[in-house]
Amino acid sequence: MADWVEPAVRQGRTSFMNDPKVRSIVLQVVALVLVIVLGWMFIDNAKENLAAQKIATGFGFLENTAGFGISQTLISYSETSTYGRAFAVGILNTLLVAVIGIFFATIIGFLVGIGRLSKNFVIRLISTCYVELLRNLPPLFQILFWYLAVLSAMPNPRQSISIFGEAYISNRGIVVPRPLFGEGTGLVLWTFGFAVLATVLIGAWGRQRREETGRGFPTLWIGLGLIIGLPLIAMIVTGFPITFEKPELKGFNFAGGMRVVPEFVALTVGLATYTAAFIAENVRAGITSVSHGQTEAANSLGLRSGYTMRLVVIPQAMRVIIPPLTSQYLNLTKNSSLAVAIGYPDLVAVFAGTTLNQTGQAIEIIAITMGVYLVISIITSVIMNAYNKRVALVER
Amino acid sequence: MKRLLSTLALAGAFGLAAAGAQAAKLDQVKAKGFIQCGVSQGLPGFSNPDDKGNWTGLDVDFCRAVAAAVFGDATKVKFTPLSAKDRFTALQSGDIDILSRNTTWTISRDTSLGLNFTGVTYYDGQGFMIRKDKKVNSALELAGASVCTQTGTTTEQNVADFFRANNMQYEVIAFATADETIKAYDAGRCDVYTTDRSGLAAERLKLTNPDDHIVLPEIISKEPLGPVVSHGDDQWFDIVKWVLFAQVNAEELGVSSKNLDEQLKSTNPEIKRLVGTEGKFGEGLGIGNDWVVNIVKLVGNYGEMYDRNVGPDTPLKLARGTNALWTKGGLQYAPPIR
Repeated sequence: MADWVEPAVRQGRTSFMNDPKVRSIVLQVVALVLVIVLGWMFIDNAKENLAAQKIATGFGFLENTAGFGISQTLISYSETSTYGRAFAVGILNTLLVAVIGIFFATIIGFLVGIGRLSKNFVIRLISTCYVELLRNLPPLFQILFWYLAVLSAMPNPRQSISIFGEAYISNRGIVVPRPLFGEGTGLVLWTFGFAVLATVLIGAWGRQRREETGRGFPTLWIGLGLIIGLPLIAMIVTGFPITFEKPELKGFNFAGGMRVVPEFVALTVGLATYTAAFIAENVRAGITSVSHGQTEAANSLGLRSGYTMRLVVIPQAMRVIIPPLTSQYLNLTKNSSLAVAIGYPDLVAVFAGTTLNQTGQAIEIIAITMGVYLVISIITSVIMNAYNKRVALVER
Repeated sequence: MKRLLSTLALAGAFGLAAAGAQAAKLDQVKAKGFIQCGVSQGLPGFSNPDDKGNWTGLDVDFCRAVAAAVFGDATKVKFTPLSAKDRFTALQSGDIDILSRNTTWTISRDTSLGLNFTGVTYYDGQGFMIRKDKKVNSALELAGASVCTQTGTTTEQNVADFFRANNMQYEVIAFATADETIKAYDAGRCDVYTTDRSGLAAERLKLTNPDDHIVLPEIISKEPLGPVVSHGDDQWFDIVKWVLFAQVNAEELGVSSKNLDEQLKSTNPEIKRLVGTEGKFGEGLGIGNDWVVNIVKLVGNYGEMYDRNVGPDTPLKLARGTNALWTKGGLQYAPPIR
């Protein structure tokens, strides 16, 4: 027994240097200090060398006048705006492509992924062809295809395809009427917001009721009715405050209305369809990972195949799908920098392109640009990880 | 620990590379045996590779002339194709020795990028190209037009200035490379294509039907195009600067690759100084005294270089215009060799 006491005694005598805890802390502190010193040395060294070569440094350029035009701006921007403003325009354009691209990629990906497991031979064949074709071609070529091939097939603005005289499609993009908000718009928007909120609450209640009683609730139809119906009633009450400004052909281009530029369409379609091919494979892997016994059990309870998929298989497949899905979302966001090839004014084109060239401050601009992508990616990861935690298998 | 060590090693290498003292550019170039010359990714007449990878053009010939002066051999050049966007970074980082890539000389580029422009190989100005069937005869009729241009160039700002100054609406779509720009214009995405007028003449050759397009008469900017070197090496700056001056002087004095042998026997003191039979000007630059002889023999004088690449007998069909010698009403003027 005496042997068992000894370690405690020995521990008391152990020299400070040999304590694994202390040693690991010391090593980590030393490593951290080294990294900080090295980082500082690089920055200082770069500064000195740039100064020696008389290359401008610092972030003051962000307040200078940009002096160049941008074809798509979500916030007000003109040639007299600053580089900082151009930077914001670039970020928003990148985010717009990323968000809309992710939305469509997810829908297409899930449909194709489920389609690859369909019992119907034709659907399975089409889905397989889709995945194998789009997954195996470089994304840049796909974007260029959507841009140049589809663009050259479109007519010029004077011969544009008219959709009931309200919207027009031409090689300058898609022009749609622009809503003009008159007096009373507030009420319409409030009722719209209320309808959305109500739908969410009804959805939550419906889900709870289904879990408790097993009876479903037609949330979708009631929600749609609310979201369309309520604002419509508000419109009638306030005497239609929202009017539309029709696009008109003036000179070279359409004046008035809202325009979706072809660069945006090509980039979003290209990225969404490309990424969807990968998402489809993730979805297929997820569904296959759910044991067939689950489907059989659901069937034997009398659930129809659509319900089996939605209520039994997909929720269990999600925990396999989410982690690789996050990677695909990140890929799509980063691939949006291919925009520069087709002249879409994203962050890389506007900021790491034109702004860099005009100011010549490569180090600052590239660092900022990388930082922005890093922040966007980390935010996406955090959101997806939180969602993953929710759908993860709860073991009892 | 292993990771820490490798990080340190990498960081150390990076730090050394950045901090290392720099030997004179001429010695560096002589030691490696060739000049690394930054050119465009394909602009007919200025720098354009053929299907065998041989480069031709005015900007290419200028680099060959520098090689002829330094090595007595015009083939000792390697070319790095660069996009408009990457060109200055390549020079700043020392990847190339000369940037000869239809680059406009502006004060901001000369003063804030750590670069020196060595002269003007081509006096240019920005213009517009448009389809004939649009029936536009002047750039002032372009209100509302969509304009295709290349990013990373001075053209984006010039277009913005022009349309603003004339109170016209416009839409600009900027592409990464000249090829993508001209393709989008050809596909009808834009009404107008804009770049330097020499570039318009060159890019036009890539269109499906070059004859369906016209270049509008307005010149909306000054674009003096010339070679660029890094700050901080005056000897190299002088060499590159004087190679161009020597070519212009040679044309002015009537010294060409065809009559060089006769001119070597000339008694005209100006010619004697130019070809090195009098004075030791080449040695002052740190290169051989026969530097001009090599330039003219292997590449030619400025006029020969111009006619061969962009002149009226080439597909570009560009008249000398502002690029004629000062004695013939143009702007090409070189300080004397004496």
